[in-house]
Amino acid sequence: MLTNKKGERRFSSDKIFKIAATVSGVYVLVIIALMVFQLYFESHAVWEREGLDFLIGSSWNAVEGRESFGAAPYILGTLVTALLAMAIGVPLSIGIAMFISQAPKFLAVPLGMLVDLLAAVPSIIYGFWGIFVFRQFLLDFVEYPLYDALGENSWIFLSAPFGLDIFTASIILAIMIIPTISAVSREIMMAVPHQQKEAAYMLGATRWEMFRISIFPYAKTGLIGAAILGLGRAVGETMAVTMLIGNATGPGAFPQSLFQPGQTMSSIIANEFIEASPASLHLPALIGVGLILLLVAICINVVAHILVSRMLKVKEGVVNA
Amino acid sequence: MMASTQKRAEYRLLFKQNVKRRLLINKIALGAVFCCVVLALIPLVSILFEVFENGLSALSVEFLTQPPGAIGSGEGGIGPAIQGTMIIIGMSSLIGVPIGIMSGIYLAEFGDNRLGRTIRFFNDVFMEFPSIVLGIFAFLTIVLLLGHFTLWAGAFALSLIMFPIVARTTEESLKLVPLTYREAGLAIGLKKWVVTVRIVLSAAKSGMITGILLAVARIGGETAPLIMTVLGSSQFFAGLDSPMDALPLRIWRLSLLPYDSAQAQGWGAAVVLIIIILAVNMGVRYYFATRKRKGLLSKLLGGYRK
Repeated sequence: MLTNKKGERRFSSDKIFKIAATVSGVYVLVIIALMVFQLYFESHAVWEREGLDFLIGSSWNAVEGRESFGAAPYILGTLVTALLAMAIGVPLSIGIAMFISQAPKFLAVPLGMLVDLLAAVPSIIYGFWGIFVFRQFLLDFVEYPLYDALGENSWIFLSAPFGLDIFTASIILAIMIIPTISAVSREIMMAVPHQQKEAAYMLGATRWEMFRISIFPYAKTGLIGAAILGLGRAVGETMAVTMLIGNATGPGAFPQSLFQPGQTMSSIIANEFIEASPASLHLPALIGVGLILLLVAICINVVAHILVSRMLKVKEGVVNA
Repeated sequence: MMASTQKRAEYRLLFKQNVKRRLLINKIALGAVFCCVVLALIPLVSILFEVFENGLSALSVEFLTQPPGAIGSGEGGIGPAIQGTMIIIGMSSLIGVPIGIMSGIYLAEFGDNRLGRTIRFFNDVFMEFPSIVLGIFAFLTIVLLLGHFTLWAGAFALSLIMFPIVARTTEESLKLVPLTYREAGLAIGLKKWVVTVRIVLSAAKSGMITGILLAVARIGGETAPLIMTVLGSSQFFAGLDSPMDALPLRIWRLSLLPYDSAQAQGWGAAVVLIIIILAVNMGVRYYFATRKRKGLLSKLLGGYRK
């Protein structure tokens, strides 16, 4: 309708703005696609050379002429540390979320902020504190007692503890994922409709029973999503783990006992990326490890976000209804 | 008649025992939950205590301004690292903030469709990507593409961490601006983009600044992507195509050295980093807690943010 010159210009400046905004919005999709493509493209040399052995092999030799790369120990290392961190971190985080969702406001707000502060502390500081403070504490009060009591009888605690091992790295990871999981699960517990809680109280339930019969069943999906979100963070965490896991390479990095040095996908990249020469196969191998890490992280986070957002969407529906 | 009173007494006893048991379980559960909170706060308290205890004594004017001395000598300071962190934050903001804001505008103003929902979802997923992979990507894209080293690779890597945070907080704060503001602008004949930029953005300013500052606090402590893109150095800034130092990188270097003096310097650098980050972070939180913007507050502090 507005086909005169002025009208056209009015139409076009709005259109330019919309296009600019859309481009910025689409930017994230482009970056993700480009990232997967480029990591694959730059690492295809190692995929070609090693094939499936890159995923299941364990030798790691960067000497020119005898190059051979297998990432299995690091993939396993990442999984073991992340799962152990989950086993410790998830119950703690859910406990925290329960406390904060139930505590009186004057206690809940500052406590929530303090737990959030844990998330604000940079990874490198966790690592530094881990090396110089926490490692010694763990050695004296956890690792040696465990080793003395159980070391001979179970493979899990075999090998004399040194402090820079899979166990220490997992505990640090557990601390680091607590704020993520507890913040999301707090939000999810608050999203449970009040009627559910009131119904439980009306039947004479105690607080714990109220959680057991009304909140947990209702919030199950979301809590699992929160835990997986924590898993995603644990898998991607780099600096603190690099500083504490002991950095073994090759077949020796296979996680055999918790008190042994290990290596994760992110830590081997952090350790070796600068030294790797772009001409050799070493750099493509590290990029290949990065690609595996990226794909694992994408899968974990997509699942987690679907679970969490489904739960929070239910909340919005109830509130608006 | 007798039997029924007896039965009643029996039931009463059973009931009492049942209630007692349930109350006991309840108490145990509440106690366990409280222990969880205490257990989680111990590391936080320990970190803050150790960093300030060991770090403050290392601080001096010389330490804050001088370049590092010979390795192991315990001389010199972290001047280049502080400078480098400021520069890299500035450069990343230059890329990350505009993209983040525009992306947030898209999500809030035009994003109520399939594409918008896809972008919002992947934006949230992207926020959780391993930062070291972002570092590799930036290295491959910028350094290998241009064929020479440049600090823009580091800035690009950090901007990738920054823009999703800015985008989401911008979206949330734009959505809090009442529709009537927009209608008032449109009613006096302003174009949509003028309404968005001049009216909606200025009404949502404080929320957006919060998002930007939280993103700055986040990238200020980020180390992994800088390993391959900024490299670290012991000199002051010497142009965009030579390596630069940054606080987290310096802490990492110092942690690898076997000298006590290096450890002391590491604590000093750690206290500077943590003061910068916590000041930004807590400043923002305090500002918001006193402004009582409940909806946005809980969305910013809880939920999806890292």
